[in-house]
Amino acid sequence: MTAPVVTPSRSGTPAGHDSFAHLLHAEWTKFRTVRGWVIAVVLAMLVTILLGVYGGVRSQNGCVNGPCHPFIATGPGGEAVTDAFYFVHRPLIADGSIAVRVTSLTGMIETAQTPQGPAQTEPGLQPWSKAGLIITAGPGQGSAYAAVMVTGSHGTRMQWNYTGDTPGLAGAVSAASPRWLRLTRAGDVITSYDSADGTRWTKIGTVSLPGLATTVQAGLFVTSPQYTQQVNQQISGGTQSGDPTDATAAFDRVTLQGRWAASTWTGTAVSGGSNSQYPTGSEAGYRQADGTFTITGSGDIAPGAAGGTPVNQELAGVFIGLISVVVAGALFITAEYRRGMIRLTLTASPRRGRVLAAKALVLGGITFAAGLIGAAGAVWAGNRLLAGNGYAIDPATTLTQVRVIAGTAALTAVAAVFALGVGAILRHGAGAVTVVVTAIILPYLLAAAFPVLPAGAADWLLRLTPAAGFAIQQAIPAYPQVAASYTPVQGYFPLAPWAGFAVPCGYAALVLALAAVLLRRRDA
Amino acid sequence: MRHALHAEWTKLRTLASTFWLLLAAAALTVTVSAAAAAATRCPSGGCADDPAKISLTGIYLGQAVVTVIAVMAVSGEYGTGMIRLTLTAMPRRVTVLAAKAAVLTGLVLVTGTIAVLASLLAGRLTLPGHGIGPSHGYPALSPGDGPVLRAAFGSVLYLALIALLSLGAATVLREAAAATGVVLGLLYLFPIIAAVAGRPDLARHIQQIGPMTAGLAIQATTSLNNMPISPWAGLGVLAAWAAGALLLGGLLLRGRDA
Repeated sequence: MTAPVVTPSRSGTPAGHDSFAHLLHAEWTKFRTVRGWVIAVVLAMLVTILLGVYGGVRSQNGCVNGPCHPFIATGPGGEAVTDAFYFVHRPLIADGSIAVRVTSLTGMIETAQTPQGPAQTEPGLQPWSKAGLIITAGPGQGSAYAAVMVTGSHGTRMQWNYTGDTPGLAGAVSAASPRWLRLTRAGDVITSYDSADGTRWTKIGTVSLPGLATTVQAGLFVTSPQYTQQVNQQISGGTQSGDPTDATAAFDRVTLQGRWAASTWTGTAVSGGSNSQYPTGSEAGYRQADGTFTITGSGDIAPGAAGGTPVNQELAGVFIGLISVVVAGALFITAEYRRGMIRLTLTASPRRGRVLAAKALVLGGITFAAGLIGAAGAVWAGNRLLAGNGYAIDPATTLTQVRVIAGTAALTAVAAVFALGVGAILRHGAGAVTVVVTAIILPYLLAAAFPVLPAGAADWLLRLTPAAGFAIQQAIPAYPQVAASYTPVQGYFPLAPWAGFAVPCGYAALVLALAAVLLRRRDA
Repeated sequence: MRHALHAEWTKLRTLASTFWLLLAAAALTVTVSAAAAAATRCPSGGCADDPAKISLTGIYLGQAVVTVIAVMAVSGEYGTGMIRLTLTAMPRRVTVLAAKAAVLTGLVLVTGTIAVLASLLAGRLTLPGHGIGPSHGYPALSPGDGPVLRAAFGSVLYLALIALLSLGAATVLREAAAATGVVLGLLYLFPIIAAVAGRPDLARHIQQIGPMTAGLAIQATTSLNNMPISPWAGLGVLAAWAAGALLLGGLLLRGRDA
């Protein structure tokens, strides 16, 4: 008699069941089978798209109250530009140069725009009022150009193609201290010089304007940007008020060399619509007498344009989405503790650090995908609706758009993983949600959306806290040569996009590392 | 009701986390308030700053901790299953909720009073040196000043109402993380949506209905005419939110299985 052989039952799991792929699969199964978490992620996605649609729809009424800006000029680099100035010009054929002496630069500013009383004007020059020489490819807005100019309070500058800016002589211009300016063209290359006495010239810079036509317009120009003032109001979150200004400059000793068309000087107001607003009682124009030109102009030749919708404004729903994924991320670990599931998880996979890594990867992947669909949908729908309603969208390169959309998705994923790490440390859902929301949303709120803090403190908050990551949404760079109000609510951040994004990544990495250590050390 | 109150008081009192969270709420409120007062400068005078508002900035953060305390008073019981014992011992469920609300309100009122008074003291000591004081035409930060008293008293009430709103939300949602997320979303998202709304009239309406934006109008002591909503009306909006959340929570508590 032989005893029946009992074959011990074996698990069908192949060797290497502890592999990371299995862990990922296990965590993916956990996530997708909990209805609340899936709802949270889908909600994040839908709300983001819906608010993008809302942003496009509400613009239907936008033109009733104020002017619409259906047209935004773009410069040679593809960026939105303001191109409005008074131009006294002659055609220059092929190579040549123009030199001039500037003896005064003054300005007017309109104040007290009360509905009852008449508008008042008072003398006042803007820091970036400009008067000087310009060589431009054409009369249209956004043409390639190079210019040398005196400014209100930034000395002599050479500027080209809207974004280029190089300083020359410092100091303001006056009859006692005039400035000589010279602009030379040789093919595509334009060189600028300045001088305090007309004999000793200093080269400021040389720029190349590729593809410049043989005949270009060259001459004198004057322009003056609106007076901008940052008004921090809790009602509207921060508005920009612009008051009309103009500038008047006196030029003499105009010297031309090279081939100039045999025509007289022509005065043209290159207009940017609402960008060149003259104070009451003032208008664009020029007078020529005894070799002296007196020119009055308003506007600016600079990057940036009023009235466009920056791409990040369509992403308002991301804030709601963030809170939603933060709740899901925190619960992804704290629910395991509450249900006791964590003991099963850690028994099945005793290498605890890998469990946390798998959770982070699965959560990060899911929330990134949801964020990507949400952000791309919001921008796509918002852009279409805005364009359909005659609204201009600030032009941004494809690379910038991709960075804003993918960066928003990445920020969503980082926030969720951050919540996972805090949840693993605190093992407490409500605590984890509170820590992450107050770390990411509250600083943005206090510094940008609902400014309660002074500007300096607000900037530091957006550098040091995880809210710095919203910088990844900045679509338009801030330019030092433009006196606009660059505030977070208008989409400008104190840190560069990727530097800002690195801040929440750093926090998330630190928290995950601490969570991994604690997960190993503590009993579950 | 007396027994219910006693039971809820014992439950909250004997949780170690309650004490630490209340301490954290007060400490964070005072720290952030003092930091805001220290960072504000108005050297030339004539700034649009409101000294009471600056001195009470910490409420923005302190309320988040109050939310956690209130949410845990309900969700903690669901998480551990304690709620079944509570409701067996005290079958009149609305009484349980009322007792929780009363005990919580008392605790938050005491904590809030300490935090608000300490915050105002910090502002009173710091702000005049930074150009925002009685010598520059600003109201003195003393409880004797009517608007300042309203801001101080109102901020304490504000925290209590936030606790009640959170309690109601937690009773509705039961899950602690979800309830916290919803309450913090209600508080923080309204002003952000208002800021990006693009239209001033719409932004104003959003701020009139947001529980935080309306409720914190109570902190204003200067330029009241520019506020989207008047101080007491604003606090009333928050009270309506809290009442609505508690009502819904009470109905669901009665109608659902625990």
